[in-house]
Amino acid sequence: MAINTDIQETSPELERLKELYADKGFVVTSINNLINWARTGSLHWMTFGLACCAVEMMHVGTPRYDVERFGAAPRASPRHADVLIVAGTLTNKMASALRKAYDQMPEPRYVISMGSCANGGGYYHYSYSVVRGCDRIIPVDVYVPGCPPTAEGLLYGLLQLQKKIRREGNIKR
Amino acid sequence: MSKSIEVAKEAIKKNCNPIKISDDFNQLQISISANQILDVVDFIKNDEACEFRQITDIAGVDFPERTKRFDVIYHFLSFKHNIRLRIKITASEDETISSITSIFPAANWFEREAFDMYGIQFKDHPDLRRILTDYGFEGYPLRKDFPLSGNVEIRYDEIDKKIIHEPVNLQQDFRSFDIQSPWERTNYLKEDKKNNE
Repeated sequence: MAINTDIQETSPELERLKELYADKGFVVTSINNLINWARTGSLHWMTFGLACCAVEMMHVGTPRYDVERFGAAPRASPRHADVLIVAGTLTNKMASALRKAYDQMPEPRYVISMGSCANGGGYYHYSYSVVRGCDRIIPVDVYVPGCPPTAEGLLYGLLQLQKKIRREGNIKR
Repeated sequence: MSKSIEVAKEAIKKNCNPIKISDDFNQLQISISANQILDVVDFIKNDEACEFRQITDIAGVDFPERTKRFDVIYHFLSFKHNIRLRIKITASEDETISSITSIFPAANWFEREAFDMYGIQFKDHPDLRRILTDYGFEGYPLRKDFPLSGNVEIRYDEIDKKIIHEPVNLQQDFRSFDIQSPWERTNYLKEDKKNNE
């Protein structure tokens, strides 16, 4: 079987960038673009694993899915993190701890809600002890559906978050 | 029937004065009155025929229609004889049961859980606090008369900058999806249809 090695997709912007760089030896851009590039390229995530979703979140960090190729590394402390991934069932007793972790994160901060339980209570929606969606406690940027979502699903959510940050385009969040 | 069960059964029958004793399915089970619990547990732990040295669990059961509404069920395991024992006692809502933490320290958290979930009071327990539910939780969630969705729900208040408790306000009521077959629809819809005809 012949493998076609000619296929190499590069965007026109990247081609232009390449030309500019080859021609002049430097690239000119706006400070907004530069900051967004830096923000999207280093989304360190705070692990907030609460249930089975946490296992899929771990998979995202493993070499198979390798989220670090997008510059995202797991952080144990909220003070080092840019994005909080709420992975699993958020109970009433845990809610104040989640809020505390979120409050400790430096700006700009983002939140990914992962799985049915974090999105809206999911299977435990009618329970007496579960928060019906973690957006009742903290503002959420991206919701990843699934029970649990696959690791690819979470990875896609992270890419959507990058897209969102690029679209926002503000230095001040 | 293994011989060790027979021996243990005889010893318990002779010394503990149980209300009921059975060994169906090789599971030794006795019912005793609540004030006997300390003596019986002490006996089955130390007696040579029993030696139930591990407490596996303490469970509660709620029967709201009974005057003594709770069952408290203790599970024990004897390593030496490889048999298990279940002790059942009944308790009413305002009754206190002797804590067995003086004999089995491991019963501490089990009793706290039974207290948390059913409101069963244990006398002489070293630290009878709630163990699983939220701080400041009110009510006993595993009682049959406790509403499924509880009484309060929480959210973060942007003005007060803290998590607040509010009465439960469900966007959609709980429904029991009793669908057996997708062509026959649910029972409550079938009943509706019958009533309309």
